[in-house]
Parts: sequence; structure tokens; C-alpha cells
Amino acid sequence: MLRALLAATALWISIAHAADLRIGVAADVTSMDPHFLNLAPNVNIAWHVFDALTHVDENARLVPGLAASWRAVDPMTWEFKLRRGVRFHDGSELTAEDVAFSIDRTRAVPNGQMRPFTQRIVAKEIPDPYTIRLKTSAPYAMVPYDLNSVFIVSKKATGSARSEDFDSGKAMVGTGPFRFVRFARGDRVELAHNDAYWGGAAAWDRVTFRIVPTDPARLAGLLSGDLDLIEQVPTADLPRVRGDARLATAQKVSWRTIFFHLDQREPVRGIADKVGKPLPRNPFRDPRVRHALSLAIDRKAIAERLMDGAALPASNLVSPPVLGYAADLKPDAYDPEAAKRLLAEAGYPDGFAVTLSAPNNRYVNDEQIAQAVAQMLARVGVRVRVETMPINVYLPRGAKGEFAFAMLGWGSFSGDLALRSLVATPDPKKGFGAFNWSGYSNPRIDALLERAFATVDDKGREALAQDAMRAAMRDHAVVPLHHQVTTWAMKKSLSYAPRTDEFTFAHHVRPR
Amino acid sequence: MLSYIARRVVQSAIVILLMSLVVFAAVYAIGNPVDILINPQADQAEIARLTADLGLDRPLPEQYWIFLSDAATGSLGSSFAYQVPAIALILERMPATVELAVAAMLIALVLGIPLGLWAGVAPRSGAGRAIGAGAIVGFSLPTFWVGLLLILVFSVWLGWLPTSGRGPTTDLFGIPVSFLSAEGLRHLALPAANLALFNLSLVAKLVRSGTLEALQQDYVRFARSKGLTERRVVGVHVLRNVLAPVVAVSGVQFGSVIAFAVVTETIFAWPGMGKLLIDSINVLDRPVIVGYLCVVVLLFVAINLAVDLLSSWLDPRVRLGGEA
Repeated sequence: MLRALLAATALWISIAHAADLRIGVAADVTSMDPHFLNLAPNVNIAWHVFDALTHVDENARLVPGLAASWRAVDPMTWEFKLRRGVRFHDGSELTAEDVAFSIDRTRAVPNGQMRPFTQRIVAKEIPDPYTIRLKTSAPYAMVPYDLNSVFIVSKKATGSARSEDFDSGKAMVGTGPFRFVRFARGDRVELAHNDAYWGGAAAWDRVTFRIVPTDPARLAGLLSGDLDLIEQVPTADLPRVRGDARLATAQKVSWRTIFFHLDQREPVRGIADKVGKPLPRNPFRDPRVRHALSLAIDRKAIAERLMDGAALPASNLVSPPVLGYAADLKPDAYDPEAAKRLLAEAGYPDGFAVTLSAPNNRYVNDEQIAQAVAQMLARVGVRVRVETMPINVYLPRGAKGEFAFAMLGWGSFSGDLALRSLVATPDPKKGFGAFNWSGYSNPRIDALLERAFATVDDKGREALAQDAMRAAMRDHAVVPLHHQVTTWAMKKSLSYAPRTDEFTFAHHVRPR
Repeated sequence: MLSYIARRVVQSAIVILLMSLVVFAAVYAIGNPVDILINPQADQAEIARLTADLGLDRPLPEQYWIFLSDAATGSLGSSFAYQVPAIALILERMPATVELAVAAMLIALVLGIPLGLWAGVAPRSGAGRAIGAGAIVGFSLPTFWVGLLLILVFSVWLGWLPTSGRGPTTDLFGIPVSFLSAEGLRHLALPAANLALFNLSLVAKLVRSGTLEALQQDYVRFARSKGLTERRVVGVHVLRNVLAPVVAVSGVQFGSVIAFAVVTETIFAWPGMGKLLIDSINVLDRPVIVGYLCVVVLLFVAINLAVDLLSSWLDPRVRLGGEA
């Protein structure tokens, strides 16, 4: 009797309204303020309520957003033409004033981290309500790309609102496909359909983003029918999800590339010969040694077995759809014999010993990958000790330059941006090499990057970015491993257009 | 009495001060939270600017001094990750944890006491053995695993209960609670059961052994020989004697259930303080970590004080503070 009653209640509740969508997200959303942190879960929600001048499509390529078109009037001035008739959720019309206000606000939010996207804009002009011109102090090609990260808020509705006013919903007035309903910190974000959205109506009346960080619990939510779609399906569960007739999956190569930094600075730290005696010079300074390490890694085995196919062996620091990817580069094929020869040529016939550092809670299967790589390198005589730690310990230590051989994952809009942070010669004045833990330096690559950032024509810039990528990869400045493949799982009745930038957009979920 | 309470308050203040110093230094030693929260697009100047904005570029003693001076005015600083005062953040998440903990303790007591009595009265029966064995299993199973098992059975296989989250809440005197709506109760059921299991086993075991012991006592024989019904002997005379340790243990356990609901909250995506602590440790959000621990220490101190006062009031033989 009780059982029947409970079952009936469950049944009644599970028949949710047909146009409700419940999405299980994997990481905590910390704030609703779109100009505070550049954390993927926060930005993901912001894309539903707010909008930006430029969008990126599912291949991470730039397409028009709130701006219908843009062009470089001269190398230091970008002009954006706004879409007309776009309305905020409070009914007011979007104008260039709102854009200027939003750009200013990225610099005004206390502890805000969106400033890197607007700091090069030195002046704004508004010739008419639908046009805004942005000036930079030097030729800078990235303005339309940077503005993809600047969410446009309503000047009138936002005013001097603080981050808390966004959390409470008071200031959540955007032009995005959904209106804000409720943010329950640590639990859920609820949104409702925006009929006036310029980009076409979404298929859902109400959308709930549930924050379920535990992988098995998220999958259980989908299996039990509590959730309609989940992101970041763990690779270990892929066979099971694929074998379930009630579920469908969507996969796409992510922009996140996993690679290894090889510390090439002197004096040598964390590298020794096999009896523990420090080496006279850093072996990683020799390109042959870096090449040998790359040849000794069996990328195919890691992608197929360890990652259950959810990885693509990498030859570049950005994934194939991304601007600046050099398609002519091929991943180094597994060749332990060649690796041994190169090591011998470089003067290390007996190899050496090094510590490989990796996080254990950040990238998909990060710790297992480090273990596998260590075993592969042992076969060519390089003795690798693996040291893993949580990401909150890992990143600060990496930033201090404490690692000789370190795993890192990176997602970028373009190859030149990735190279600027990871491979360019560290130079705080230019903002180059902020995450160049290798200490690698190559003036030719630096020069190519500077030219790329100053080239406002996209084709020309892409060619320069590709040249820089080729130079860095042929020199094995860092050793790329693979591009992650992201998996979404959903009820059979739904479909999702998977995205390279890993975002989970409710407006891109459709009934099948 | 008053001097005793005053002494306890001073002791607690010292404990909190020492704890904050240790946590402060430990989080500082781990690293700069800006390195974790940073926008990958940021350059060195931006990293330096943010570090300075958060005051993290100053020497540790100065940072600690600033923290202390702010704390004196009642502010524990703003969360780096949430951009909200740490105390507000903790208090916002507290009702969820307290509700979960109360529900878990209720389940543990309401089920544990009768089960323990049953097992104590009939230790050789099938049920008695089953309860005894069940209590041992309940002790030894890891909470994490039990939580996942509960989800698998009750949500995935049977489809009776939701897998995670808090569901809708109803305001009770301005505090959001789950237990006033059917849907809220359905969300509360599994996490509360998961959190209750350990204490349920503990209570059942305590009551069982207490009952076994009490049944050998003279007063029970005397009561029986007086011709009292077995129901009255066990339900009144035995129970009253068995309850004393259960009350004492429950007091202490309640504090730990609140403080260590972390695992259950994480599995069931329950938006409580424990989950906040884990999320904050993951990004080295120092104001929240220090604030959380201060709140928990205060909680423990208050519960201990209450238990001490209560026991001295219940039992005049118990003296406070060891004065002659």
C-alpha cells in the first residue's frame, strides 16, 4: 500500500511539464555577476541571461552576436554595429551606451577578473545609438575576440549594482535567451524563457541548472529521470551510457589541450642522473631530448584505452577547429627506438631521472595519464617519479616554477593566445609568457606573435598564428598530449549541438 | 557558576584565536588563490593587480593583523570566489546543514532506541542478532559508498526519491526549511538517512548493551518480582537508565554531524556549509575557510557548555570546574 502510494507520487512528479529542462552541471556556480570571475560555470550561466557583442559558434569560431557586424576602421579603431531592436528583459532597448557601460564595469567590479578583456581599450566613441568605436593604443587584432567575454548589461537596470544584487536577481537584466528566476547558491539556478530574444525562441519554458559535482550522482540523476541532460560524463561510464537505450550522447573535441611543460631553465632542478647526482646542465635545453620524450609517449594508447576514446592525440597547442591550428602538423608517432637514439645522441644513453608533477582533480583522468606516461618513458630509459596533488596546491606551485616536468591543460580561442601565455618569453611588460612554466624562449616565436596580435585581418593573423605554432611545436617547446573530448548525455528524446568551448547551452538543447 | 562560564568563554576565545592563526598560516603556505581563480587570459600585471587587491601581496603577519582588526569589527572578510561577506555566506548555508543534521539525529534516535531495546531484550532471537550485526555493518560502511548505494536503489532502480539537491524550501520564521513540504521531505529523505546511518548504529549499539546490562541489575529483578508487566519494566525502568549515556553521546555527535556532514552534502549536492567548505578549500578561499572553522568551533564550545551545564543540573554530583 505504502509502496504503491510512493510509486504513484514519484510517477506524478516525474511527469514534469513538457517544456521544462533540467540540466546537471558539474561545477559550482559562484556568482551571477557576469563581470566578476572568468570561471566556466559562471560564464555558462551568464550566456543564458546576458549576451555579448560577438559569439563563438560550436567550433569556437567568431560569429555575430549583439553586434551585427564589425570592422577595423584603422588598425587602432574597431567599429561595431549593433543589432537593432534588441530588448533587455525589462523592455528597454539595447544601445551603444549599454555597451560602453558594460566595458567600464568590467574594470570597476571589485576583484573582478574580466579586465584583461577590456584593458587595451583606451577610448570609446558613440557616433549613433547603434554604433560604437573602440580605440586601442597600439594595433590590436583581438578586440572582437575579447568582447566575446564581455557580457552586456543594462546601464539603466545595473547602475551601481554590486555582485550581491546580481545574486539576488535585482540586477539580472540582460538580453539573453532566458530570464533569471532564482539562484540558490550551491544548489541550482532557475531560468525562464525570454519571448523577445533576438536569436529565435528557445524550446524550453523553464530551465533548471542543478549543481551536482559528484560524477556518479550526476549520472544517477539522469538515469532516474531527475535530470534531462548532464555534462562531463566520466570516461569510465561512457560504455554504460552508450549501451543504455534510454539515453543519447553528444561528443565534441574540446578546446582543452593537455600538454607537458619541460623546465628548460638553469640551474637544473628536479632532474638528476639515475644514482641521484645532479646533472651538469639541464637536459631539457636540448631539443633532441624534448623530441625523444614526445616520441616515447604512446598517445594513441592513452586516448583509446585510458580515455575510452574521449581524447584526440595532439600535435598542436589548440584543438583542430580553433583559429591558429596548423593542420599540417601530425602528432609524434610512438617510436621508442627513435627516442632512445635521440637520447643517446644528446649524450644521455642511460637516460636520467625526473619528477613528473600533475594535478589529480582537474583534468579528465589526470593522475592515471601521469602514471601511464611515466611507464612509457621508463621504456626508453627515463626514470620518472610521479607526484600528483590537488589543483589548489598544484597551480600555485607551478606558478612559482617548482616543477621540472608538469602536466597542464589549456583552452584558448586561438593558437596565438595559447602561445602567448604558454610559450612566449616571459615578459610582464608585454604580458607574454604568464604561464610559461618551461622558461622556454624563442625570439622568432615572440616576433611572430607580436605581428599576429597587430594584424587586424583575420586571414593574415591566422597564417601568422599557424607559423608560430609550427615553430613552437617543431622545436618541442612543450610536449602536447591530447585534446579532450567532452561528452554530454541526455534522454533519448533530446538532442544537443555539442560545443568545442564545453559550454552547456539550454537554448541549444532541442526535442528530437 | 558565572565565573565558570566566564572562564569557558575566555578559553574558547583563545581556542578560536589559535585556530584562526593555524588555518591562516596553512592556507598561506599552500599558495596564492589568485593562481587558482585566475582568468587564463590574464597576464603577469593582472595577476599582480588582483593579488594586491585582495591584500595577498603583504607579509603574512600584516595580513593576519588586518584580519584580526576586521574581525574585531565583526567582519571576517569577503569571499574571493563568491564576492559576498564570508559570514553571510556561511549563515546562508547553515539552515540546510542544521536541518539535515537534526533530521539525521532524529532518525538515529527514533529508530535506534527501539531497535536497541529490542536487541537488548531478545539478544538471541533472529531479530536481535540481525540488529546487532546490522549495527556493526552500519558502523563500518563508508558514508560515501552508502550514499551512492542509496541513490542507486531508491532513485535509479525504484525511482521513489530524487537523486540529489535540496528541492523547494518553505520559509519558517524567515529561515528556509525543507521539511514543511512533501517535495522537500522527499529531497531530505536520502541524505538524512545517509547521514543518520552511523549514529543510528551507534545509538542502537549503546542502547542494546545498556539494556543487556540493566536487565541483570537488581532493580529489574525487583520490578519483575513485584509483578510489573515486562512492557513496563523495559519501557520505563530499563529505558530511563539506558537513556543517560545516549543523551550525552547524542550531544557530542550532533556537533560532529553538523561539522562533518561534508561527505553526505557532497554526494547529494546538498547546499549546506560542509559543501561550502569543500568548494572553498578547492579555491583556497581563505575568508570562508577561516569563518567556517570559527563557526564550527563556536558550535562545539556552545554544545559542550550546554551539555556540562545540563549534566550538573541533572546530577548534583557533577561539579563544574573542579572547585572544592
